[in-house]
Amino acid sequence: MKTCLLVDDSRVIRKVARRILEDLGFEVAEASDGLEALAWCRAAMPDVILLDWNMPVMNGLDFLRQLRTEPGGGAPKVVFCTVESEPARIREALAAGACEYIMKPFDGDIIQAKFAEADISARETVAI
Amino acid sequence: MTPDDIKLIVAVCRQRAGLNIDPAKTYLIESRLGPLARRESYGSVSELIAGLRARREEPLIWALVEAMTASETAFFRDRTPFNLFRDEILPTLTRMRGPEPIRIWSAGCSTGQEAYSLAMIAEAGVGLEPGARVEIYGSDLSERYLEKAQAGIYNQFEVQRGLPIRMLVDYFEKVEDSWRLSPRIRGRVRWRRLNLAGDLSTVGRFDVIFCRNVLSAMDESVRPKVLEGLAGALPADGFLVLGQGESPLGLTDAYRPISGRDGLYARNPAFRVAA
Repeated sequence: MKTCLLVDDSRVIRKVARRILEDLGFEVAEASDGLEALAWCRAAMPDVILLDWNMPVMNGLDFLRQLRTEPGGGAPKVVFCTVESEPARIREALAAGACEYIMKPFDGDIIQAKFAEADISARETVAI
Repeated sequence: MTPDDIKLIVAVCRQRAGLNIDPAKTYLIESRLGPLARRESYGSVSELIAGLRARREEPLIWALVEAMTASETAFFRDRTPFNLFRDEILPTLTRMRGPEPIRIWSAGCSTGQEAYSLAMIAEAGVGLEPGARVEIYGSDLSERYLEKAQAGIYNQFEVQRGLPIRMLVDYFEKVEDSWRLSPRIRGRVRWRRLNLAGDLSTVGRFDVIFCRNVLSAMDESVRPKVLEGLAGALPADGFLVLGQGESPLGLTDAYRPISGRDGLYARNPAFRVAA
């Protein structure tokens, strides 16, 4: 089963997103800021990261930039999920290595559509 | 609404635009006609129908038919046909046509997402010959949908259904809480009001026609005529793209399926358009 690390400082958002991700077939881990997320990644690199931008301690963009310099940190597909919706900010996120970008508010259909755009599936791909 | 009201709505929609309206779905009829009734200053849908019976005004009849058409659409809906268009259809056509313009028609375009998806593919121009010219046309029965299409303004939910984020930042500009397609993309599409159940003999020539999720909303009795009308607008080497679960097979011999390409049909060279 593929793992998705869910990073958001709002417990309510985490609860809603966890339900959606579990329905899509992911094993879900949670972190409430970028530093906590980094600790998770150093212990066990997830397949996918759903990432908020504005969080205390370490924000999502700083986390992503740091992640991409870590050993194995280039592998996870990172999808932002944030209230930030200015084109300049979105470009910044893409330049830092985000694969897709969700503007809040979101629902299950949007997460599903955006994961499809980024070729993210909960199923393991079998090498032939 | 009385059963007679519903009968009248169903009959008018079938007669004018070939629409297949299920009379059992009274909630759907109410929800689509409610806004029209308010706009026309009627107290309810029943009063709107009573007004229609009393005055039989053409503009009101058409406003009702237009309000009953479905608007469900999305950017790059179902993805596969658009990948096919980008990777195979468009590169092949631009090689064959050279500097001649390639004309693409989104028939039953609703609020424009399909036509704009095609325009973004043409603008990106991956695998196209330099100097290739791609013209995109969108048509719909509904003036209101066409107005929205022409404006090219979509809300945050609409731009997050099927549209890759890279295309959003490349081809849209943010206007307050909405997103507007850039003038370059808007300038690539021409719009016109057209009833697909009417006479299609003068619509012009199109190399590719996208007519997806339109036939399935039409009455079975009009589908052969619509398909043959579209065939009349295709050159001998033209293509028709239909929606999921839609097929011309058994309705007309104007097309043959392209094997391994779901929803893609070539014009049957043996088919002759009735004069």
